[in-house]
Amino acid sequence: MEIGLNHYLVLSTILFSIGLIGVMRRKNLLMLFFATEILLNSVNISFAAISHYNGDLTGQMFAFFVIAIAASEVAVGLGLLILWHKRHNNIDLDSMSTMRG
Amino acid sequence: MEMFLYIALFAPLVGSMFAALFSAKPKTLIAGIIPSALLFVSFIASSILLVYVLQTGSSIHVEMMTWMATGELYIPFGFVVDQVSVTMMMVVTLVSTVVHVYAIGYMSHDKSFNRFFAWLSAFVFSMMILVMSDNFAGLFIGWEGVGLCSWGLIGFWYHKESATWAANEAFIMNRIADLGMLIGIFLIYWNTGTLQYDEAFAAMPALETDVLTWMGIFLFIGAMGKSAQFPLHTWLADAMEGPTPVSALIHAATMVTAGVYLIVRASPLYDLIPNVGLFIASLGAFVALFAASMALVNRDMKRIIAYSTLSQLGYMFAAAGLGAYWVALFHLMAHAFFKALLFLGAGNVMHAMKDELDPFKMGGLKKVMKGTFIMMTVASVALAGIFPLAGFFSKDLILEVAFIDNHYIIYSVLLFTAALTAFYSFRLVALIFHGEERYKLFGIDPHEAYKFMLVAMSPLLLLAVIAGVFKMTYFEMVTQVLPATEYHIDSPIVYWIITIGTQLLVGAAIFYAYKKYTSRDIKVPDGTSAMEKSFGYKLLSNQYYIPYIYEEFVAKPYGKISAFFWSEIDQKIIDASVDGIAKAFYNTGENTREMHSGNLSTMLKWMVAGTVGMLSLAVVFGLAARHSDGVASILSAIGVK
Amino acid sequence: MFEAIAFYLFSFLTISMFYITVTTSQALYALTALAAGMIFISAFFFILGADFLGAVQIMVYSGAVMALYAFGMMFFDTTREVKEKQGNRFVIVGLSLVAAVLIVVIFAAPIVTDNITALYPITEGVGNTQDIGMVLFTKYLVPFEVAAVMLLVAMISGIILAGKKMDLSLTLMDEDEIKEMKKEEENKKVLL
Repeated sequence: MEIGLNHYLVLSTILFSIGLIGVMRRKNLLMLFFATEILLNSVNISFAAISHYNGDLTGQMFAFFVIAIAASEVAVGLGLLILWHKRHNNIDLDSMSTMRG
Repeated sequence: MEMFLYIALFAPLVGSMFAALFSAKPKTLIAGIIPSALLFVSFIASSILLVYVLQTGSSIHVEMMTWMATGELYIPFGFVVDQVSVTMMMVVTLVSTVVHVYAIGYMSHDKSFNRFFAWLSAFVFSMMILVMSDNFAGLFIGWEGVGLCSWGLIGFWYHKESATWAANEAFIMNRIADLGMLIGIFLIYWNTGTLQYDEAFAAMPALETDVLTWMGIFLFIGAMGKSAQFPLHTWLADAMEGPTPVSALIHAATMVTAGVYLIVRASPLYDLIPNVGLFIASLGAFVALFAASMALVNRDMKRIIAYSTLSQLGYMFAAAGLGAYWVALFHLMAHAFFKALLFLGAGNVMHAMKDELDPFKMGGLKKVMKGTFIMMTVASVALAGIFPLAGFFSKDLILEVAFIDNHYIIYSVLLFTAALTAFYSFRLVALIFHGEERYKLFGIDPHEAYKFMLVAMSPLLLLAVIAGVFKMTYFEMVTQVLPATEYHIDSPIVYWIITIGTQLLVGAAIFYAYKKYTSRDIKVPDGTSAMEKSFGYKLLSNQYYIPYIYEEFVAKPYGKISAFFWSEIDQKIIDASVDGIAKAFYNTGENTREMHSGNLSTMLKWMVAGTVGMLSLAVVFGLAARHSDGVASILSAIGVK
Repeated sequence: MFEAIAFYLFSFLTISMFYITVTTSQALYALTALAAGMIFISAFFFILGADFLGAVQIMVYSGAVMALYAFGMMFFDTTREVKEKQGNRFVIVGLSLVAAVLIVVIFAAPIVTDNITALYPITEGVGNTQDIGMVLFTKYLVPFEVAAVMLLVAMISGIILAGKKMDLSLTLMDEDEIKEMKKEEENKKVLL
């Protein structure tokens, strides 16, 4: 049984869905960050798979940059998170309603 | 010479502007004097132009500036002074100068004195544009300009409801006719590619008769409105709500003759379509009789003169329709003089009688108003066409034209109308100036008008008497541009018979009118006499019930339709849809403000939903573009790839 | 055969790990599951011949990112149960599934259907790391440097954001000092 590009794309889709579910149902900001990591990783899988099945390195390059972005996002995000936690003593999304229109 | 042309054209405008500066102020005498003086300047300039045209026989053509130049359409602000327009310029400037000076006295007690002169001079300016323009577009501007000024002047006493009603009636009637005229102008442009008179007329003989006929008909519809021909005539009698100088200048001497001027101007067109010409002549003869019959029984001094104007316009159209353009123009000129004189005299009487208009309540005024009496009598004689006054030369000429062209029906109608004209004119004179002094019953103390008003009227008096002298000079002048048909009855016996016969008929009518209305037992009618109860009298005094018919069968249904469209279509469909769009946005905002709860989690959810929506759209468009060339081309046309 | 077994095995493992991550109510479990999922994902990279990417994945995610999260979690009370949002599960699941499918369709469809020519083809007989190095430092040099600057910026911002008032220790302060500090902060907020 040959594993083709479609298999990887389906896997990527499933992982992306899981990530989206996390984004939507998590109230804890830290958990939200976890979910975004999942999203980024699912995309990385498809990049790598496409790169492999097309014999092209571009996909892998993109994956590297995605990883770089993920790392910096974590750094900044965690900094903000800590700041918020110091102020309000929680990291609940419901406490962030200053943008109420 | 160009300088004089511009002076003649723009002096009234300057006068109007000047008076308009003071229009919100209480009476300022200078606001009446300056426009009058400027009009006199305009009159002098016109006279110089007249002399120039007479002597050299050439015309002056100037192009002040380009008005429109788009594609093949080129319309300049061009003006032409040729034999026809210089006649009109003379009439307009002379009568308006007289009327302006007269109005200084007539309006002296009116609180809107300044505004009056602003409007009146603006009217003269529009009229000058109308007659001097060298193309149909310029003519149309002047045409609409005089319509506007006429509206402003009829409704001058806007606090009177009848005046505003009459002003609106006149304006709306004229708009209906102007639509026809506009269509005619479009037809001309469509078929000849130009609106310049000379070029358009040069191109016309090559066109088909059908097209020319339609052009002629539509232009004549415009002329019908402005010159108050049947069935668009009702506004003229109602227009008498305006101040009397306005009636004299606009609704007798100048504006209403614009229709005749248009026909004369377009004579090369009407020469090509004799059938339309015959129709115009027949309608003119009909209107002459129709209006004269209404004047017979009317009991409003100004309305009688208005109907007389209408009747004389019918004469002019009859002449123009039969191809005797120069005769029509000559009658237009002569008529302007004596009709303006008649109106101004009526204005004097009105002032003396404290705005009383019913001639039955006057009588015997000749003792207190000698000057006015002489002037109105002379004007009436001229109107009736008694030798050797102006009316004889112009009006009898029209009768001869009809006779020579073998249109005996038109001839007999016009002849009969001439008798009626004499009758109603002298009925009016007799009722006002002769007989018992019935006004004493109403406790009115009449007095003659200011001296300078009478002096101002004297040029008109003079011209009403001697205008006939210029007939041959005039003939030689205008026939350089108009068809030079001389109307001579071959057999001298026939000529003398019809001339003397006409004179006798008219004389008999005058005599009868005098006899009937100077008698001592004339009373103010109270609706009880046998004559007043007769059907004919009622028909005539109600103007053949035409205003009633218009009211019942045009105005009321139109009002109902309008109300229906307003309540059903405008409110329920158009307004509702516009409001609906606004409400949709409003409700959308109202309902979706929940999204902006500020809760980050909810917002994330909405973000995902939005992304899903956008991506679905992208997929749909992408698939459509990929799988169908037709869809792809449509989509690429709207910018989606 | 071996490839198929590996794929299905690691797929199952990754999906279950990530599922735990998004569903568990314990932050520590979620963190652990996430770290495991990351490592399993690197397995796919190895299967796909992207050895260097796999190594980077393990290093960056399991090494750096997870360590960062772990340190970050020290600030929070991780033993506390994570409150879950009460909402319509079907909406959430449906929306995420549709979105994921759409994104994959959009990005994958042209690649699957069209025979695109490789811009930077994998060179035969050369190690993956060497190959990547060649491309990364020639064709993608500028993005690489930009990414480096971005990481530097992120590092500095992280230090500044998290490091405010690091010199103060709540445990060493007495009650009055803490109250005064809180009051000050509240005043600041009003000013903001």
